[in-house]
Amino acid sequence: MKKSVILGALTVAGLAAGAAGAATLDDVKARGKLNCGVTTGLVGFAAPDANGEWDGFDVGVCRAVAAAVLGDPAAVEFVPTTGKTRFTALASGEIDMLARNTTWTFSRDTDLKFDFVGVNYYDGQGFMVPKALGVSSAKELDGATVCIQTGTTTELNLADFFRSNNMEYTPVPIETNAEAQQQYLAGACDVYTTDASGLAATRAAFEAPGDHVVLPEIVSKEPLGPLVRHGDNDWGDIVRWTLNALIAAEELGVTSANIEELSAGTENPEVNRLLGTEGNLGEMIGLDAGWGKAAIAAGGNYGELFEKNIGENTPIALSRGLNAQWTDGGLLYAPPFR
Amino acid sequence: MSDTHQHSIRFVRESMLPQQEPPATERGVIKWMRENMFSSIPNGILTLIALYAVYAILSGLLPWLLNGIWDAPSIRACREILDGQTGGCFAVLTERWNQLLFGFKYPTHLYWRPTVAFILLFIAIAPVLFYNTFPRQMLIFTALYPFVAYWLIWGGSILVPIFALVGFGVGYIVYSKYVAQSFAMGFFGGIAGALVTWWLTGMIPVEGVLAMEAVPSRDMGGFMLNLILGTVCVSLSIPFGIALALGRQSDMPFIKWICVVFIEFIRGVPLITLLFVASVVLAYFLPPGTNFDLILRVIIMITMFASAYIAEVIRGGLAALPKGQYEAADSLGLDYAQSMRLIILPQALKISIPGIVNVAVGLFKDTTLVSVISMFDLVGMIRGPILASTEWNGVYWELLGFASFLFFITCYGISQYSQWLERQLNTDHR
Repeated sequence: MKKSVILGALTVAGLAAGAAGAATLDDVKARGKLNCGVTTGLVGFAAPDANGEWDGFDVGVCRAVAAAVLGDPAAVEFVPTTGKTRFTALASGEIDMLARNTTWTFSRDTDLKFDFVGVNYYDGQGFMVPKALGVSSAKELDGATVCIQTGTTTELNLADFFRSNNMEYTPVPIETNAEAQQQYLAGACDVYTTDASGLAATRAAFEAPGDHVVLPEIVSKEPLGPLVRHGDNDWGDIVRWTLNALIAAEELGVTSANIEELSAGTENPEVNRLLGTEGNLGEMIGLDAGWGKAAIAAGGNYGELFEKNIGENTPIALSRGLNAQWTDGGLLYAPPFR
Repeated sequence: MSDTHQHSIRFVRESMLPQQEPPATERGVIKWMRENMFSSIPNGILTLIALYAVYAILSGLLPWLLNGIWDAPSIRACREILDGQTGGCFAVLTERWNQLLFGFKYPTHLYWRPTVAFILLFIAIAPVLFYNTFPRQMLIFTALYPFVAYWLIWGGSILVPIFALVGFGVGYIVYSKYVAQSFAMGFFGGIAGALVTWWLTGMIPVEGVLAMEAVPSRDMGGFMLNLILGTVCVSLSIPFGIALALGRQSDMPFIKWICVVFIEFIRGVPLITLLFVASVVLAYFLPPGTNFDLILRVIIMITMFASAYIAEVIRGGLAALPKGQYEAADSLGLDYAQSMRLIILPQALKISIPGIVNVAVGLFKDTTLVSVISMFDLVGMIRGPILASTEWNGVYWELLGFASFLFFITCYGISQYSQWLERQLNTDHR
């Protein structure tokens, strides 16, 4: 008797958990707020400003999803997560989506039971050296001392790169990015290696950024993207297509400046479908017809978000590189809105 | 006799000489320096080395401090103003001081509430810390303070802290009614009374009754969070620590083993592990949707951790008492509770003061560990949002120096107080 009660309770709890996981869209709508996991702070990607307002490239994705679902880009509860707490926060349902420069890997997608909905930044491991060293390619780094964060994949990538190019190096193990900055500036190592976006942000903090160069070689693939819980495909679709809408908007020339004008109706049927003046795409994913328009209007299209937060006119000064549209030689390729 | 001298000595001084100054090497600064700094050649060399070290530190530090920039929009602007000169970029402190103290989400127009709570804290602990100076009636305010502070910091309906207070009140009445018959009966009856009261009052809707704007726990941050965690956990862990220490010495095997296992388990696990359990693992066990307040979880974990350490410190104090004290208490006919309260604990606690303060200071600094479970205490604010903003990425010394300064003031204050208290309680004749 007692056993069956316990089993029954467990079943109910399991069903409740399943139900809670299965209808994220309804939960978000009922709550009136999107719970979006972000980092506790990464230059250019997510950080609160002096007034406590979150701002950044990843934050832009959260705001776009909130605008698409709830019509209000401010209806987001940002939940800061560390590298250690991010996955449990998502798995336990504390957050609806995670936009925290998280690398899309096989095991995270399958074993950890998450769904990566796309890539919003193609990162990769790069090298930074002082200009005075006179090095212009990573292939010339034979015999260099390298500052490297311990216990990360960058350590393994570094070993692979030097071995495959038949070069020797001396690692200088360090713990955090802050420590790395100090060690590198103090001359404890010739080279600092981490993700290219991190290198750019680190370089931007230097007193004389011009004295240091980031070498052109990228030795690993780090596709960073937003992710959701596995098992709620409807919600996954919404986040995926919101990201695609931002990317497609740039390709189609829809910006936050001309969106009002374009949403009155255009010659281009794909723009019309994206902005909801033609077809019923919104209905298909359970949102209003104007979801795409709201998402783009929230912070601009992908290119605008990039330029505003991490682009060449910001102190971080990242060039588009791989993150350009496929028409410009990059990897951004949004499937058609049809 | 007196005549002899008249012939043998040609001159006898008739008046006293005026007092002369001691020789230059035996007075004033020079004497002090000869005695304290250059009493021998090796000491002289050491003095010179030490002076050089002080000079080197100050010559680096003072220009940095005095030449600092206090008004600039970003680190790049700071560097432009400094134009290659040495100087700190303290503008980050003037721009972000509120985030460092209160966290970045606490509503700006409500800063007065935690500030008032902080000032009241001093009034509340004054009669406890300086029990001779302040009237005992002030202890009533001390007892009310936790509820007042909760209401000020978290806001919401005033009925919540009032009901909590009523629960404690009922528990105390039940306890005092039955404690004459048996301590256990009073103790457990009191707990039951409090729980029943809370359960009953929990059913009364309190939404909006005499409410101040509520601030959720997630919005707490900055040095305020360190102070909340430090104050609450230290004050809770001392009674728990005493109970555990006495339990460990108990003759009842069950109680004894529970206490031993608890203390040894908690002491054998790093605090950071307990914090991870609080923030991450509990989320899996609780049903989805329930939100057990994160600060409360962290307070429970840190209190458990600190009380295990304090229990061991107090056990050391108990062990240091001569056996005669216990026997004297017994021979006076005191029962266990009386002998502990009147004879043993006052002496044992006095011996334990340095140890307890040591744990308290360590615990207060350990509250910065909560930054790893994405709570924005002072260090979390610095490592996360502030260093990650494009304006201030790269300002390390100024921010961490400010954090050390705040912690130093607090911890030095605690340690000075404990030394004063030791002198006050120094009743043995050494």
